[in-house]
Amino acid sequence: MSEAASEQVISIRGLTKSFGPRKVVDDVALEVSRGEIVGFLGPNGSGKTTTIRMICGLLKPDGGSGTCLGFDILTEATRIKREVGYMTQRFSLYDDLTIRENLDFVARIYDLPHRRDTVRDTLERLGLTRRKDQLAGTLSGGWKQRLALAASVMHQPRLLLLDEPTAGVDPQARREFWDEIHRLAAGGLTVLVSTHYMDEAERCHRIVYIAYGHVVARGTVAEVIAASQLATVVVSGGDTLALAAALKGRAGIEQVAPFGNELHVVGPDAALLRASVDDVLAETGSTGRARAGETSLEDVFIRLMQQARVADSAGNGGAA
Amino acid sequence: MSAGAAFSAARIGALMIKEFIQLRRDRLTFAMILVVPVLQLVLFGYAINTDPKELPAVIVSADNGPAIRAVVTALASSRYFAIRPGFVSEAEADTLVRSGAAAYVIAFPPDFERDLARGLRPQLLIEADATDPAASANAIAALPEIVSRALADFLAGPLAGKAPSALPVDLVIHRRFNPEGITAFNIVPGLLGTILTMTTILMTALALTRERERGTLENLMATPATPLEIMIGKIVPYIGIGCVQVAVILVCANVLFHVPMMGSMLLLIGVTILFIGANVTLGYTFSTIARTQMQAMQMTFFWFLPSILLSGFMFPFRGMPDWAQVIGVILPLTHYIRSVRGIMLKGNGIPELSGEIWPLAAFWLAVATIALARYRRTLD
Repeated sequence: MSEAASEQVISIRGLTKSFGPRKVVDDVALEVSRGEIVGFLGPNGSGKTTTIRMICGLLKPDGGSGTCLGFDILTEATRIKREVGYMTQRFSLYDDLTIRENLDFVARIYDLPHRRDTVRDTLERLGLTRRKDQLAGTLSGGWKQRLALAASVMHQPRLLLLDEPTAGVDPQARREFWDEIHRLAAGGLTVLVSTHYMDEAERCHRIVYIAYGHVVARGTVAEVIAASQLATVVVSGGDTLALAAALKGRAGIEQVAPFGNELHVVGPDAALLRASVDDVLAETGSTGRARAGETSLEDVFIRLMQQARVADSAGNGGAA
Repeated sequence: MSAGAAFSAARIGALMIKEFIQLRRDRLTFAMILVVPVLQLVLFGYAINTDPKELPAVIVSADNGPAIRAVVTALASSRYFAIRPGFVSEAEADTLVRSGAAAYVIAFPPDFERDLARGLRPQLLIEADATDPAASANAIAALPEIVSRALADFLAGPLAGKAPSALPVDLVIHRRFNPEGITAFNIVPGLLGTILTMTTILMTALALTRERERGTLENLMATPATPLEIMIGKIVPYIGIGCVQVAVILVCANVLFHVPMMGSMLLLIGVTILFIGANVTLGYTFSTIARTQMQAMQMTFFWFLPSILLSGFMFPFRGMPDWAQVIGVILPLTHYIRSVRGIMLKGNGIPELSGEIWPLAAFWLAVATIALARYRRTLD
């Protein structure tokens, strides 16, 4: 990587935020370099949205410090807002304005030079020129997301924050959406994107997993899977339902999940896991056959979530 | 029990329970349900009085003879008139009536005492501010009786023989500003303010809550737009809409009701902009407090109710008890209605209206300060 490419776009430490007695974000550190696409993962209510809102100045942190695009997140929110594109979870353009009017509004709010040209080019790039006078509210979910994305990068931000941008969007539209994000990142834009989808996590350069307000894993997908040290056995054939019931709770088995006609059995110790599965197959006289499988990101996340829940209960004296 | 029944009490019960739960969660709505009836009862029951007493009156007289004193005393003891002690000149009386500080001028001609003694039926001129015919009607109706009794007592003395059979004075009643006592002349200018209050506050109260409900506010707050920019940008269009409403009402007032326009149109426009400005800013303040559009509408209604009842629009301001007048004086509608009636019916200029203009300006400034303080830069 060149020197420019390694410059830190987001650099925060000890970020903390409480709503009432509930600590939603607790001591979160985050480093994002220029041109990176970082996936921000975690279960619902884990503090993803809150963290993103603190980065772009929509919420004031209770504690912690850091910079975003070189500006202090505590004192320079106004400067940050100028150079950040933010796409909210919910479609937040105006349903009762047309596509062109929405883009025009955003262009005016950011006081863009060559406003008309910018709006026209944006419509062109989106392929919405012919439908520019259609009300934004009548667009399908996928088109709404594409329009919102186009609107949030029109002022050429240096950082793009996407909060679950593809919730409720069909696979085809999601793929196109991600292609666009990669194009933008290739042009030097830095992207922090929160998501629930594992396939989307795999399209990120790096992922950060947050649960109950704590960062519990970070790195590339391969690194996160490797760091979990989980092993997987796939059982195919036999009565999967009865097998699953028999497998649960056995030594070395943490997760049993049916995938079609197969069972994914996951545990931290490969040898113990295989032994337990073989035992169960023998005991039940099942026709199922076991083979070593690949641990998926989802398996890792479920484990991380369970561990975090246990830690959270211990730390807070009860479930959050 | 059957799930397929065409009419199910259980289903109705489910809906009813759900409605009650939701109602209980919406504290503001719940409070309104309890507070509004009480407010209405108090306002209608205690504040409204269609037979106002103690109307401010001034005396114009050259001398202070016993007959004049008798009439003044009788007027005061009738409780319809609150007589200002001492005499004023005709010019002073005119200013006081125009500004609304006096509702009646009672003018005794220079030779009143002498002419009365001679049985010449001297004129007793009563000038009444008839902009609100309802407010002045009862006092005017009571006048002949009051004067007659006062002078009958007086003439019962050494001049008893000279007491004429009819009223001993020529009672001239001059209904100023609205000589024919046309109710529309009073109502239409008042309606101008009332309509503006309802529409402008409601429109702006919904403006910000709508953005919040639809989720567009978060997007707006993530842009470089500052609170002041957002407030001005959201308020100015509604000032424009208010001006259009004013134009429509004024044209109708003139064409349909022939309400005169005695004063300056420019001044009316100026005061109107001040009034609309105060209202839309108040609406904006509501929208920074209300979480939903429903709550914003309720707050608007909550403001509208005392506005129409206590501003002097529907019922005579002077008929209200002191506490209600104090509330009325705070309301911008009170000052606006006085200004519009003053300009349209009395031809008032800035000097007479200064007492109404500064409260409007002060109100505007106060709510604008609250609105900016309430608006949060963050979502906290």
